[in-house]
Amino acid sequence: MGQPVQRVEDQRFLRGGGRYLDDVAAGPGTLHAAVLRSPHAHARVVDIDVSGVLDVPGVHAVYTYDDLTGPMAEPLPVLIPHPALTHGRTQYVLARDEVNHVGEAIAIVVAEDRYLAEDAVDRIVVDYEVLPAVVGIDAARAAECLVHEDVPGNVGARLEQTVGDATAAIAAAPHRLELDLEIERSACMPLEGRGTVARWDPDAGRLVLWTSTQSSTGVRAAVAAKLGLDIGHVDVITPDVGGGFGVKIVHPWPEELLVPMAARALGRPVKFVEDRREHFVSSAHERGQVQHVEVGFDDDGRLLGLDVEFWHDHGAYTPYGLIVPIITSTQLLGPYKPGAYRVVFESLFTNTVIVTPYRGAGRPQGCFAMERTMDAIAEYLGRDRAEVRAANFIAPHEFPYDHGLIFQDGRALEYDSGDYPASLEKLRKLIGWDEFAAFRRECAAQGRTVGIGLACYVEGTGVGPYEGAHVHVETTGKVKVATGLTTQGQGHETAFAQIVADELGVPFADVEVVTGDTRRMPYAVGTFASRAAVMSGSAIVKAARRTKEKALRLAAEALEASVEDLEIVEGVVGVRGTDRSVPLGTLSVLSNPLRYAFDEASKAATQFSVGDSEAPPVAEGEEPGLEGKDFYSPVHATFASGMHAAIVETDPATAEIRILRYAVVHDCGHLINPMVVEGQIHGGVAQGIGGALYERMAYDEGGQLLNASFMDFLMPYVTEIPDGIEIDHLETPSPLNPLGIKGAGEAGVIPVSAVIAAAVEDAEGIPIRAMPISPSDLHTLREDHRS
Amino acid sequence: MSETLHEIRLRVNGIEHELRVPARRLLSDALRGELGMTGTHVGCEHGVCGACTILVDGEPGRSCLMLAVAAQDHEITTVEGLAEPDGTLSPVQQAFAECHGLQCGFCTPGFLTTVTAGLRRDPCPTHERARDMIAGNLCRCTGYQNIVRAVERAATIGTERAATLTTERAATVGTERNATIDTERAATISTERAAALADRGSGVSS
Repeated sequence: MGQPVQRVEDQRFLRGGGRYLDDVAAGPGTLHAAVLRSPHAHARVVDIDVSGVLDVPGVHAVYTYDDLTGPMAEPLPVLIPHPALTHGRTQYVLARDEVNHVGEAIAIVVAEDRYLAEDAVDRIVVDYEVLPAVVGIDAARAAECLVHEDVPGNVGARLEQTVGDATAAIAAAPHRLELDLEIERSACMPLEGRGTVARWDPDAGRLVLWTSTQSSTGVRAAVAAKLGLDIGHVDVITPDVGGGFGVKIVHPWPEELLVPMAARALGRPVKFVEDRREHFVSSAHERGQVQHVEVGFDDDGRLLGLDVEFWHDHGAYTPYGLIVPIITSTQLLGPYKPGAYRVVFESLFTNTVIVTPYRGAGRPQGCFAMERTMDAIAEYLGRDRAEVRAANFIAPHEFPYDHGLIFQDGRALEYDSGDYPASLEKLRKLIGWDEFAAFRRECAAQGRTVGIGLACYVEGTGVGPYEGAHVHVETTGKVKVATGLTTQGQGHETAFAQIVADELGVPFADVEVVTGDTRRMPYAVGTFASRAAVMSGSAIVKAARRTKEKALRLAAEALEASVEDLEIVEGVVGVRGTDRSVPLGTLSVLSNPLRYAFDEASKAATQFSVGDSEAPPVAEGEEPGLEGKDFYSPVHATFASGMHAAIVETDPATAEIRILRYAVVHDCGHLINPMVVEGQIHGGVAQGIGGALYERMAYDEGGQLLNASFMDFLMPYVTEIPDGIEIDHLETPSPLNPLGIKGAGEAGVIPVSAVIAAAVEDAEGIPIRAMPISPSDLHTLREDHRS
Repeated sequence: MSETLHEIRLRVNGIEHELRVPARRLLSDALRGELGMTGTHVGCEHGVCGACTILVDGEPGRSCLMLAVAAQDHEITTVEGLAEPDGTLSPVQQAFAECHGLQCGFCTPGFLTTVTAGLRRDPCPTHERARDMIAGNLCRCTGYQNIVRAVERAATIGTERAATLTTERAATVGTERNATIDTERAATISTERAAALADRGSGVSS
């Protein structure tokens, strides 16, 4: 623990030996699927003519809605129901009679290869009756047209939470401000898109499904339910995953159901791998919100009342419920005490791609609202922006701090620990907050315009319900660890092996970790909400401790010593202060009383070699095998936090925005592997910069996504990311789990738009109320500001 | 109407393969599908992300923008061909491991091939040139910080290994020379012994 151990998974990745979804052969004769997708944002499907498709050589099958039966013919599940989601809607596996966004699946063709499948898709003729499209939050709110006929006002949900009387508190406050804010859509954009391959084994009556997912157990349950299989007859294996960032938590995707359905029907393995355009138009986006903030505060900038109303664009369907806007509405509070608080949001339907969590999951928008408000208060009062924030911090002695709100997991929004003043102090030093005025003067003398900004966030990480782990010491002494959640590049094989090596006292190289394979751990939830280290890490600690207890019991008997006198070093249990010892591998042999020997080592465990002939070979309350299984299920989330600052330079002529320095202070409790944590921060910040300066989903009013390619959607290259991201850590351990850790995966992205907006505003002296901001946006703002 | 198949020979990582592909088969798909070399990844299929970058006659090329039939008569190197023949990671691979220059690993093969070619042209790049070297490849995980470090570290490892090789070669030459002397001496000894034994009339020769 705590060491920057090099990652074990890299050995295969670096040699081209990773096994990603499209690398899974799944057996000889694998067929390939292609999907016909709607070219219209909103249309009635009048007729689908598939005649001629099967004439294409190499085509094996074509399916439309009419071919679906039973649960497959019903809409996809609302994964996370919520009482406020009064008008939740989900799509059909294949469109029944209406399509609600460009890219919605209408038919699927299975052929010898993807080229042929795409040829065949082109032969399908669909008769559409095009309907008016609802694109953007303004159109959704205006509700001149409806996405779903039976959803009045395009409102899927309206949720309000209050603490105290915010309206009265604001009215009575010495100072008041109002802000109107806006954040545009972006998307996760993992380099590997979605994909699924399935093999039906008619001999065993089992389905094996590989899918690029963030929840193998979720897919397993959904596939079993939809295909009418027993869960025990479905194995879901998550191969190496080429990035997720949230989008792969959604399940089941239509293709995750259609592929196994076809594999079973055709008796051949079937694979679907989406291409990049499909990922743009048929996976998921996030971020789009319009916000209205009213705030009342005192002379020190201390919040007395905060009232936030926002409108959340959730796209055409709501498979993931209200998670994103609930997170915005609660995590908006960051490290601050809001005084009285009222928040209300409407979650709106539009004829665009669905909106589900993308790294940060609603927090970047919440952080933007709160931090823009803090800056506006400082500006209004003429006070230092850092000081206004400090005046509102929850103090270190106030933990646990209960906000009196309900968080995304249905539990209390209760912060477990943190030290926000210490973080701010570190950040001021790291970025040189107090020296910036001098730097600005220096730059001004050279005709350069610079600005500085900062933003703070709190992230509820490691939400429940639970994760589990299984630790097994093999007779060779090698340790096999399984946890059910999945991995998308976070280095779980390394970090979890570090935990086990420490807890069990075995060499790191002897530990092998498997994630996301329902054959190895059928009880699991998934990888989201920065929860893997907290949830599976804690479960692994508990399982390793169980294994250790058992090893010590067995060793105490074998060595005729008391457990208290034993220690495990490098995989060998020894009696302290003596040369008596036994390797864990031998204890594994002894833990499993044998009738049949199969090698030299196993002879030691056979019936004439070992054991008290008067006692049962497996003692009462024991099980064979040197292994331990356990689960971790916390009462509520643990709350990580951090603060970022940036110095930007804006070009007076071109309005280009350049980040000169970027600094991060990060508190995720104890670090398992600092190298991995810093890597997560780097990646998060880069995605944040993408969202702040470059990325947006350019929908036209007809609902066509105009930039659905990497050529047009401006994901940052190295040239767009600052050369050096300065990082300092604070370690405020969580009291909620055995390692004192908090999640770290999403944090980096959360405050970036708020920080960049603050810095640009500081440089330009123009209020920044919408992100992302491009040079042309800034140019327009300058023009408007002048006039 | 079935597609016309073309017989082609692809030379990949020094090994020649014969395969039959339609004219439209992308090189990336042929490498991955026909040859089962799945180390080359496809991220966008329109030449922007760089994940599918391979070396064509030593120069980086997008295998998603090249047809397999057009790759005949070229020397193709994929990520599978970067390690040393004994399995040792190449300097670039080693540097990526040391610097945490990869997370999910999907874009990594394209970075490795690109940097391998880049360092051949520019073995000791400045910091700016190290950044430029990777400026045509997308990574969504790392924020590029550690990839830039890896480029610089790879340059150092490359230099160190070259130096070690030179030293080893010198040592090998020396050893070989010593070995020759030993063999000669042994031969002389056995000849002498044989002669002595012959003198005793035992008839045994060594």
